[in-house]
Amino acid sequence: MFIGALFTTAKETRSVLKYNSSRTSRSSTLIWKLQQEKEHSLGWSKTTTSDNWQRAAMPCPSPLTLLRDSLRGQREHEKDLRILVSNLPYEGLPKTKQPNRYFPGNAVKTTKYSLWFFIPMNLYEQFHRFANLYFVGLAVLNFVPAVEAFQPEVAIVPICVMLALTALKDGWEDCRRFRSDRRINHTSCRVYSRKVSGFVERHWKDVRVGDLVEVASNEIIPADLLLLHTSDLNGVCHIETASLDGETNLKRRLVVPGLNTQDSSFEPQNFHCTVAVEKPNDNLNQFKGYIETSDMKRLGFGIDSLLPRGCTVRNTDLATGFVVYTGHYVWLESLPSVPLFLTPGSHGHMDSNPLSGLYMFFTMIILLQIFIPISLYVSIEMVKMGQIFFITNDVDLYEEKTDSRVQCRALNIPEDLGNIHYVFSDKTGTLTENKMVFRRCSVTGTEYSHNENAIRLAVLGGTDETEEDVIFHQSPVPSRTGWTLEDDQEPEAVQQSQEGQQPHSGGGHHRNKETGNAQGKAAFSSPLETEVVPDRKLLQRVLAGGGDWDGCGGIRRCEATDLYLDFFLALTVCNTVVVSTATTARAQRQRARGRPSPSLFQSPGEVLQTALQKMFVFSRLCHTLSSWQPMTEDLDTDHNSGCHHSAAGDQTSHSSTQGHQSTSEIDISAQRCYVAESPDEAALVHAAKVYGFMLIARTPNSVKVRLPHGVELNYQVLDTLNFDPHRKRMSVVLRHPISGEIVMYTKGADYTVMELLDFERSQKNVAASTQRHLNWYAKEGLHTLCFAKKVLSESAYKNWSLLRQEALAAIDNREELLMETAVNLEKQLTLLGATGIEDRLQECVPDTVMALREAGVRLWVLTGDKAETAINIAHASRLLDQEDLVIHMNTDDKAVCKSILDRSLEEGRRHTRPGYPGLSIGLVIDGHTLDMALQSDLVDRFLELARLCRSVLCCRVTPLQKSTVVKVVRERLKVMTLAVGDGANDVNMIQAADVGIGISGQEGMQAVMASDFSISCFKHMKKLLLVHGHWCNSRLSNMAIYFFYKNVTYVNLLFWYQFFCGFSGTSMIDIWLLIFFNLFFTSTPPIMFGVMDRDVSAETLLGLPELYRTGHESEGYSHFTFWIAMLDAFYQSLVCFFIPYLTYQGTDIDIYTFGSSMNTVSLFNILLHLAIEIKSWTLVHWVTMLGSVALYFTVTLVYSATCISCNPPSDPYWTTQQQMSEPIFYLVCVITTVVALLPRFTYRVLSNTLAPTPLIRARHLERLDPAIREQWIKEWRGFRGGPQGGRSYQKQTQEQEPSRITPTLSITNNHLGTPTRSAVRHHHNVEL
Amino acid sequence: MPKKELETANRPDNTAFTQQRLPAWQPILSAGIVIPGFVLIGLAFIGIGVALFLTSRNITVLEMDYTGVETTSDCYKCSAGTLPNCVCNLYFTLNETFPGTVYFYYGLSNYFQSYRKFGASRDDNQLSGDTYYFTSPLAVCTPYQYDVNNNPIVPCGISANSMFNDTFNLYQLVNGSKTVPLDGRGIAWWSDYNIKFRNPTSDPLRNAFNGTVKPPFWSKPVFELDLTDKSNNGFLNQDFLVWMRRAALPNFRKLYRRITGPDYASGLPPGNYTIEIAYNYPVMSFNGRKKVVLSNVSWMGGKNDFLGVAYLVVGSLCIVMSMVMLIVYAKFKFPDDV
Repeated sequence: MFIGALFTTAKETRSVLKYNSSRTSRSSTLIWKLQQEKEHSLGWSKTTTSDNWQRAAMPCPSPLTLLRDSLRGQREHEKDLRILVSNLPYEGLPKTKQPNRYFPGNAVKTTKYSLWFFIPMNLYEQFHRFANLYFVGLAVLNFVPAVEAFQPEVAIVPICVMLALTALKDGWEDCRRFRSDRRINHTSCRVYSRKVSGFVERHWKDVRVGDLVEVASNEIIPADLLLLHTSDLNGVCHIETASLDGETNLKRRLVVPGLNTQDSSFEPQNFHCTVAVEKPNDNLNQFKGYIETSDMKRLGFGIDSLLPRGCTVRNTDLATGFVVYTGHYVWLESLPSVPLFLTPGSHGHMDSNPLSGLYMFFTMIILLQIFIPISLYVSIEMVKMGQIFFITNDVDLYEEKTDSRVQCRALNIPEDLGNIHYVFSDKTGTLTENKMVFRRCSVTGTEYSHNENAIRLAVLGGTDETEEDVIFHQSPVPSRTGWTLEDDQEPEAVQQSQEGQQPHSGGGHHRNKETGNAQGKAAFSSPLETEVVPDRKLLQRVLAGGGDWDGCGGIRRCEATDLYLDFFLALTVCNTVVVSTATTARAQRQRARGRPSPSLFQSPGEVLQTALQKMFVFSRLCHTLSSWQPMTEDLDTDHNSGCHHSAAGDQTSHSSTQGHQSTSEIDISAQRCYVAESPDEAALVHAAKVYGFMLIARTPNSVKVRLPHGVELNYQVLDTLNFDPHRKRMSVVLRHPISGEIVMYTKGADYTVMELLDFERSQKNVAASTQRHLNWYAKEGLHTLCFAKKVLSESAYKNWSLLRQEALAAIDNREELLMETAVNLEKQLTLLGATGIEDRLQECVPDTVMALREAGVRLWVLTGDKAETAINIAHASRLLDQEDLVIHMNTDDKAVCKSILDRSLEEGRRHTRPGYPGLSIGLVIDGHTLDMALQSDLVDRFLELARLCRSVLCCRVTPLQKSTVVKVVRERLKVMTLAVGDGANDVNMIQAADVGIGISGQEGMQAVMASDFSISCFKHMKKLLLVHGHWCNSRLSNMAIYFFYKNVTYVNLLFWYQFFCGFSGTSMIDIWLLIFFNLFFTSTPPIMFGVMDRDVSAETLLGLPELYRTGHESEGYSHFTFWIAMLDAFYQSLVCFFIPYLTYQGTDIDIYTFGSSMNTVSLFNILLHLAIEIKSWTLVHWVTMLGSVALYFTVTLVYSATCISCNPPSDPYWTTQQQMSEPIFYLVCVITTVVALLPRFTYRVLSNTLAPTPLIRARHLERLDPAIREQWIKEWRGFRGGPQGGRSYQKQTQEQEPSRITPTLSITNNHLGTPTRSAVRHHHNVEL
Repeated sequence: MPKKELETANRPDNTAFTQQRLPAWQPILSAGIVIPGFVLIGLAFIGIGVALFLTSRNITVLEMDYTGVETTSDCYKCSAGTLPNCVCNLYFTLNETFPGTVYFYYGLSNYFQSYRKFGASRDDNQLSGDTYYFTSPLAVCTPYQYDVNNNPIVPCGISANSMFNDTFNLYQLVNGSKTVPLDGRGIAWWSDYNIKFRNPTSDPLRNAFNGTVKPPFWSKPVFELDLTDKSNNGFLNQDFLVWMRRAALPNFRKLYRRITGPDYASGLPPGNYTIEIAYNYPVMSFNGRKKVVLSNVSWMGGKNDFLGVAYLVVGSLCIVMSMVMLIVYAKFKFPDDV
């Protein structure tokens, strides 16, 4: 079935190429071409139509017709423009009569192979790998009699086995893909049928171009649809594109503009238009075409009218679309394909790999024996696959909330995880949750601290002040009353909340365990996070003016209140938040991911009342819960979900809004939810709501807002100047519904907005105090945003609007023109105020950071944020400690930059002298400065300084800078780097690093797609690196070294024999046994060793992050061990050869008996050598080891009993039996093995006892009683300056020697007016 | 509940295997725990070593070179290879009884039967009696595949062609010379004689070899190797079988006969002996040596002091090592060492 499809694809590509080349001669304007083709095609389709009607009865067309038809089909494909008509008039006609028959079906096929051509295709694929070709080449060489080393047939056995194994694996994977394809192809959808005059169920694969398909809310779109009709009056359909680009926000799609289908009930049968679309391209955001109606009117449309396949319809009950493209052709295929078997060396950083030396040796060995490298090659790949199996199956790295486990996209680098020196991390979304909580605001120069809200958050979060000291434990025990109270609520809400909690009851326990840890996770489990307790003063202020806002009157009355009104209006409307009417299904989906939070939807009067009550309740609540009585129904809800954080937190834990829901929140009572593109927008809208400004609806051209006291105003949206990273702001131009005034509200990063203020007015004071507030906010680690407005005169707007239209219509450099117009309008703004939004740390971030630091990993945080925000986060996440020496670099002058570098270096060296009690150094550097520091003359100094620093913060850096930094560090310092991030701006960095980790969080899937590993939160880094990294690294390097040892030992055996056969290339071991030896007898134990050996348990590795350092030392260490292993291998091969030699010397022993004794001796020697190396013996180890011995003897005995003269010239017949009947054989086996292994055994014993490595010491610790072990671990960490012991030690020294108190080197040359006080959070500075 | 399944569809199995928590034995090699091992191995090895050494000591071997390099040797005259059917004698004297069943070996030195080309140059199909290959031997037999007249050579190849063809007769010199009977039965491997090598089924045997020629270096065709014993002819000739089992090392010996005659069943009595050698096999060209070896055997085969000494040395080493470990252990023990 899928063979056919495969062939068509091949054919298509070919014909496209041909056609294109013939076409190039024809030059014409685009329009001309389009027209011409359209005419041609329309004409043709008309004739076919008539043909169809005439010849409908003719059952079988002549071959000539078929040929002509297929040629036409080809042409149809290749056109730049596809002309499509509805299939409905042709329903029931045979396939040859269908107008759209040339377009491929909607079935997907991701399989690589077909059933019949699997073998040739797979071989073709495999021979693309150089190594395979090489091995085949060697095997073929054996067919040349002159150089023949073995019988040719024998020589091809190893490569055949290897190819077969790979083919099996490929086949299995393809089979899985086939099954998943089949599942997708058989999903049902509804297609309009003329026969039944309605929509009928059909499989996805049967959907054809030209069909009319109906999709309902929450259904997945089966093919690319052109939106013709929706149940929404405005012709809007919302879709979620998460499956394509991972973005969870809703995107709005419009019915083809001008197509009057919305007013009347849409009748698919009456759709007689011709649709012209481009041929499929690979740009997700590029799509255009037009519809030609029956009265020859052309209606253009773009990506706004396309419902792409795979997306989900949201918030729209029904939508009907016309299928324009079928099948999946672009994005799904363009996902990074996972390389299956990578050739060693194909990965860029092989050089820094400790194995590189080994690979060189490996080349040497190839010359000796061809089959050995193959076995190594296959084994290493198998080991890596096994390791990845275990990584992806780790239940600790599974995140229940998002139901995602760690994913490995690159299959060949698990061992690199164990050898990371530098971690480059994004801040927002990686260290922090990227879930915003409104904290404070400043309006017209007055600061409103929202203390009550802060208290509430503190209660919820349980802590900002001391991370270990969790308020949690002291807070009242959760009671069932929390839930019984809900009985007062609407039944629906109760039902929902109960449903919401039920599915997660299993996981609740898990969360309970975690909550003890630190850092208020509970806040995030609570749906209250978007709720804000209004600031009393501000609320009074708002309400004071509020009385006047009941209509048009208040607007011009008082400048001050006006600004307050404007501030909140800006908060409410200056965004892209979509208010969606959630259907029940939507709500259910929400529940699946996050529990909906009951929130307020009441009149402004009630808002005030409730808010005041809440404040009151909160203040009391913290003292006692028992005295608490519900005051209003609303309060019940609120209180319940918020303050019973232990109860609610636990019970709603997994459904909590952590994963996806920060951007949207359901309002149950009104069935509304806010869907925002960025989480801070949602936070602001929610904040405004508390003050009575509620966003009710948003359509493309208007926005409906309810003001305090219940007045609803419908503003006309004249224009929206979207956010872009250059301007770093967005604006909305509105027309007031009553006064008709045109106002522009602007929101943006503080420095971009501040620059645009109109200082002519008496705004300077406001600006200054707002700036001061902004600086405070930044220092508190809050995200700051400034709000400003501008009133436009009608004429000014008209003028600008013309320019804007031009820009919109422009074809060339449209983007630039648009930006220019935006910049033109956004000036001379009036400052309204500023907000501070908190982005909380993800759970366990400080713990993870500490662990990584102890593990000797240097952490760099690269963020686009301001330095103050970054420093604050760095302190919170313990990237910087209070005691740390922090170097700030922020200058615009290169000379200054150089001098700072020099001074800092000097200072740094002084502090990191050996023997000096470690003062850690942190470096904070600004984007500008970083650019200078990375210039070729300064880069060495900078890196030298960076090497001294334990953590580096790079602020205000661009994505490009991020990747540059990673590249520079990686290449200059020759270290293994890891980059972790979650957003599109981290993609460069992730790709530049040796290991890229993507966090599948709030910001789409780009980072994940580009990464080697994807995890769901930062804390997983700890186990991923410390445990899996360490294991993979040590396992793989041990296994690889063992493999080399094994092969060298064995090959040398053959080599020594050459002295006794006149260097003629005789092998004293039967060729088959020789090949089996590596392929079967001794292959499983090392693979199992590489996959499963466990030197130290996961608990100990996590408890003693320092053990990770052993991976760092492994480079030198493994070179040393490698050469030791090689020496040992030579020694052992000598022993294995010469002990039997000396024993049998001068006797009548024949070649194959002699060889068989050596083979047996080697087997025991090689397996027992592994036994010395194996650290933990599980059942699997025993089975494989004993199984290998059993297999060896079984195969050898059977072989030498049956191979009478099967394999001339070798003559193994009865040799093993003969040999095993002689006692001397056993004596030789015993003494050879003992003599061969004695040195290694003794070496291991002595080194373990005399100079135990940290790993050995850790293994000893594991055997101790848990209590004593704790004690030991504490002492150990304390000794090395770990968190517990180390800190107290440092504090002691500080008390004794005040002069050692960390000085802060602060050199800031700041022209921007940002704070020069750089001693952030350094208590000691004051004393100095 | 289907919903629950859906939500945790990706949850990895929480089994001991997938979570890498299989119960495991985790030995840490350290001085403390290996002491008993060293002591035990040491004692056992010393025991075995003593036994081996004593056994080896009890084996008598008599090796005599008869290549004829030295002019004093009786075989000097033959070593040039110019005399046809040259016969020489090798005299030796036993002062005491040569005990046990005495095995009579011939030995060759610097002779590479293990050379690749040498071993490959044979046709096992012929040797298993397949007459098809009598007429067209395998190409690997070249240059002994066909003779100059293009007649197929049977048995073909270098291996067969180079068969050792010196013959020996042993005489005890008492009152003239008394023939010591040499027994040539069962000197080859049972499996070679009974299974691997087969004669063509024809009676008389020589009919099967019509149209073939003997290997050029042979004096007699393969079906007439032993004129005294009809069953010892063709590919089942014991000397042929012994020769065709290739020696592993360039200095080797091959069993020629056993001395089982009624007077000599329990050994060779003291006295003077002579070995009458039909000197046919040239070895001087490649600087080889030929010798005669008389030996009795024990359970451990022929005389070999090496293994016994090795066991003794390694055993003692282990004991020494255990002492060292004891000291190390006393000084550096870890708290959990037992």
